[in-house]
Amino acid sequence: MAVIASSAHSPPAFNTARIRRAHRADHIFHALTRVCAGFVLLMFVSLVLSLVLGAWPAFGAYGFSFLWTEVWNPVREDFGAAAPIYGTLVTSILAMIMAVPIGIGIAIFLTELCPRVLRRPIGIAVELLAGIPSIIYGIWGYFVLAPILQQTIQPAFIGFFEGVPILESLFAGPPYGIGIFTAALILAIMILPFITAITRDVFETVPSVLKEAAYGMGATTWEVIWSVVLPYTRSGVVGGAMLALGRALGETMAVTFVIGNAYSISPSLFSPGTTISAAIANEFTEAIGDLYVPALIELGLILFVVTFLVLAAAQFMLYRLELRAGGRS
Amino acid sequence: MNPIYAKRRRRNNMFLGLSVIATLFGLGWLAMILGTLLYEGFSGLDLAIFTQSTPPPGLQGGLLNAIVGSLIMTSLAVLAGTPIGILVGTYLAEYGRYTRLAFVVRFVNDILLSAPSIVIGLFIYELIVVNMGHFSAWAGAAALTVIVIPVVVRTTENMLVLIPNSLREAAAALGATRAHVIRQVTWRAARAGIITGVLLAIARISGETAPLLFTSLSNQFWSADLNAPMASLPVVIFHMALSPYDDWHRLAWSGALLITMAVLLLSIIARVLGSSTQSERS
Repeated sequence: MAVIASSAHSPPAFNTARIRRAHRADHIFHALTRVCAGFVLLMFVSLVLSLVLGAWPAFGAYGFSFLWTEVWNPVREDFGAAAPIYGTLVTSILAMIMAVPIGIGIAIFLTELCPRVLRRPIGIAVELLAGIPSIIYGIWGYFVLAPILQQTIQPAFIGFFEGVPILESLFAGPPYGIGIFTAALILAIMILPFITAITRDVFETVPSVLKEAAYGMGATTWEVIWSVVLPYTRSGVVGGAMLALGRALGETMAVTFVIGNAYSISPSLFSPGTTISAAIANEFTEAIGDLYVPALIELGLILFVVTFLVLAAAQFMLYRLELRAGGRS
Repeated sequence: MNPIYAKRRRRNNMFLGLSVIATLFGLGWLAMILGTLLYEGFSGLDLAIFTQSTPPPGLQGGLLNAIVGSLIMTSLAVLAGTPIGILVGTYLAEYGRYTRLAFVVRFVNDILLSAPSIVIGLFIYELIVVNMGHFSAWAGAAALTVIVIPVVVRTTENMLVLIPNSLREAAAALGATRAHVIRQVTWRAARAGIITGVLLAIARISGETAPLLFTSLSNQFWSADLNAPMASLPVVIFHMALSPYDDWHRLAWSGALLITMAVLLLSIIARVLGSSTQSERS
């Protein structure tokens, strides 16, 4: 013991060169990981910078009126982002309206109702489906869903709402099959497994004592979900839904096939439209001229800013849930 | 029965019934998609897909150049992205867990993780394609790398944070430096989890289309030149599906089936690996 104790004060009796080398290696490794972490920041900053620089000529030419101009005329180099922005927002919001209740319903089924034997298989199936590339949803929508909608559902809607004010213009013909509504439906199907997977994970964080206490007081399953599970997980569910919204806003391939690529804002949901991502995917490689490419890049910049805000809000909500879960355990 | 009880029971049955209907409805769509994909994909699948390059319309052909192009660009992206991603994840979980830099990097990384992939395509276009003056497989691989890094960072950090501190302390008590502890102890303990992250990243990029559209472009012919445009499965599927030719549509479905199979297989392997480490730990 005495030997070890004294060695802490007097010069060490072991190989100092080797220790110094190990320390230097440690410093180098530390610096290396830090440089790589800095690289992620650099990547982000250069992404923003390159979009801003790329969009600069278009910004100079059109200013802020780019945001609310509906024209898109490559020949006269007259560009406005109103139609793609409208299409992006409407398809994403419609998709959320369809997918969020159903996704939460599936999550409720999986956590509260499902027989134990089926719980894992269905859960795994949902998670696997969340990983299927969006182009698969796109070609399915293009070859299968759009013709079905064109022949059955769209004529039925158009006929049904004919003569009803407001709804009549919302579901006005002709039934193309492709268009805003079809794109929203495909988006909804695509983000459904994503919402389900996140919501289920969030539901599972509810401590069972809370649920058992409610059941013990005689609450029904639905009352437990509505008054215990949902309030406890509110910020997580909202955060998950916003992550899904971020995905829907930026989704390219699932939408590009079925949106119809028309630069006009029409009140009818069945009419063709375009979204920011579809416009870029369809036209970027064919864009020529001084302002065409910058206009498309400015569209991309707008998309990035919007998704950034949505994703940052989602991070914030999920972070809050994490803080609380951490505090309780 | 007391009317209040009856009402509560009715509400309960109604909402639970709705959730069952939602499940059937949601899973029904997804089953339809997979069903169509399997049917259309297998009916067009033959040996020529793997031995011949993409044909002009009307002629026999396959997807060989697209498959090889996808493999090349995916491998390059994984080779470049994995080491960086693991080192960043290591910084976030080990050296800089509570630093301000780590906080910012974590936030930025999560944004990049879900940023629209087409925007990443625009970024690489501005950064590489414009500067090189032409489309190339390098640019495509770079775009995919930007997608790989955040995925690997997130899973690596999550896995390293799970390693109990007692392991690190035990190694440090033996006189190991932090670099030693990380490389000899925590990386080893988290190995399966980190590999899971890499597999998930591969699954993620093997179906990515949008970032390749205007970086690697596409190529109708066989090409292994990294300085030239290169075909990739997703982009070829995109062009073929939108073409008016029936035989191209069949090839597109077969390609879609191949991608889906690859993605599902990777996710299943990742899942098996992930669950085996979890059961080891508990």
